[in-house]
Amino acid sequence: MHEYSIVQALLARVEQEARARGASAVLRVRVRVGAVSGVEPELLACAYEFFRVRTLCERAELNIDRVEEQWACQACRTTVERGAVLICPRCGAPARLTQGDEIMLERIEMEVP
Amino acid sequence: MCQSCGCGDAEIVALDIHDKVLAANDRMALHNRGHFAQRGILALNLMGSPGAGKTAIVEATSSALKGRARLGAVSGDLATDRDARRLRQAGVPALTITTGAACHLDAAMVHRALDSFRSAALDIFVIENVGNLVCPAIYDLGQAANVVALSVTEGEDKPLKYPPIFRAADLVLLTKIDLLPHLPGLSVAAFEESLSHVMPEPRIIPISARTGEGISDWIDWITDRLAASSAVPSPQGEQQT
Ligand SMILES: Nc1nc2c(ncn2[C@@H]2O[C@H](COP(=O)(O)OP(=O)(O)OP(=O)(O)O)[C@@H](O)[C@H]2O)c(=O)[nH]1
Ligand SMILES: [Mg+2]
Ligand SMILES: [Zn+2]
Repeated sequence: MHEYSIVQALLARVEQEARARGASAVLRVRVRVGAVSGVEPELLACAYEFFRVRTLCERAELNIDRVEEQWACQACRTTVERGAVLICPRCGAPARLTQGDEIMLERIEMEVP
Repeated sequence: MCQSCGCGDAEIVALDIHDKVLAANDRMALHNRGHFAQRGILALNLMGSPGAGKTAIVEATSSALKGRARLGAVSGDLATDRDARRLRQAGVPALTITTGAACHLDAAMVHRALDSFRSAALDIFVIENVGNLVCPAIYDLGQAANVVALSVTEGEDKPLKYPPIFRAADLVLLTKIDLLPHLPGLSVAAFEESLSHVMPEPRIIPISARTGEGISDWIDWITDRLAASSAVPSPQGEQQT
């Protein structure tokens, strides 16, 4: 379950940012997780509950925004349906994932005394 | 807030970060990539299910390339040293990266292992990832290419069920094809079809480590990559430690 490692990387980054700004606590952490990033939001939330204890994020809510998978032609940008053969129906060029593989830390809200 | 005693409300500060959660791993992977480039080593991240035939591929590759290219390897393993020992027996300098509870390798683990290969003259470095179709796909290790081993007995639907790892693959080695005659209804074409839904430019080489079938196609693929990796000097070549 790599969601544990992901959460550890997430907490390390958030703590680093929060400390650099003298925060006493983090109140909210917002992440974006793509539908085909390989990360399960439920497992991520579960791992977060476990690891946030006794960190600056102890009281911080984790908000996970899910991003849909989208494919488009590399050449002419025509949308290629998810689940279809990943070839452009118009020009035959291979498709490219335009969104849905991201695992991003978007924003944190913290309390600065 | 009151300046003299610190009483009063704390300020709420929002900070936009907009960066990859695994940015630190990506930086370490870039660093590994520099190591490989500087030494002209082709690094391959070999992934696949438990028992897909990853170690067998490295064994077959080493014997096929004997006298032509020097192989080194690390094997990610939760607890044992079995794979690295098998590879050393096959004449490949190999080490185990014990991952404990982790179901994947990360760039820092590979970097630590690279230290032991400092003085080895190598052309190809195979990173045999932990047997798993989910977790390894997320971590860049600094490889030049991702190779996914998929054995015919796993079934043709695996790419559809585990898209991220196949989307990340530069090559899928369809392994154990000597078993196809025992699997009625399964064909190489069925695997190609399901791959075409998750991999925009599917590249699949059917092989058998048992009979040697297809191994020469795989060796050709490696040789092309080797030529490319030694011809292009990397811009990260000087970021060494
Ligand atoms: N019939 C057949 N069996 C194979 C072939 N390649 C590997 N095997 C068998 O499949 C089993 C697993 O092979 P390994 O090479 O250990 O697989 P692996 O992916 O390295 O396994 P883990 O590292 O444990 O995940 C062994 O019993 C091998 O003998 C093949 O081409 N044909
Ligand atoms: Mg193995
Ligand atoms: Zn097109």
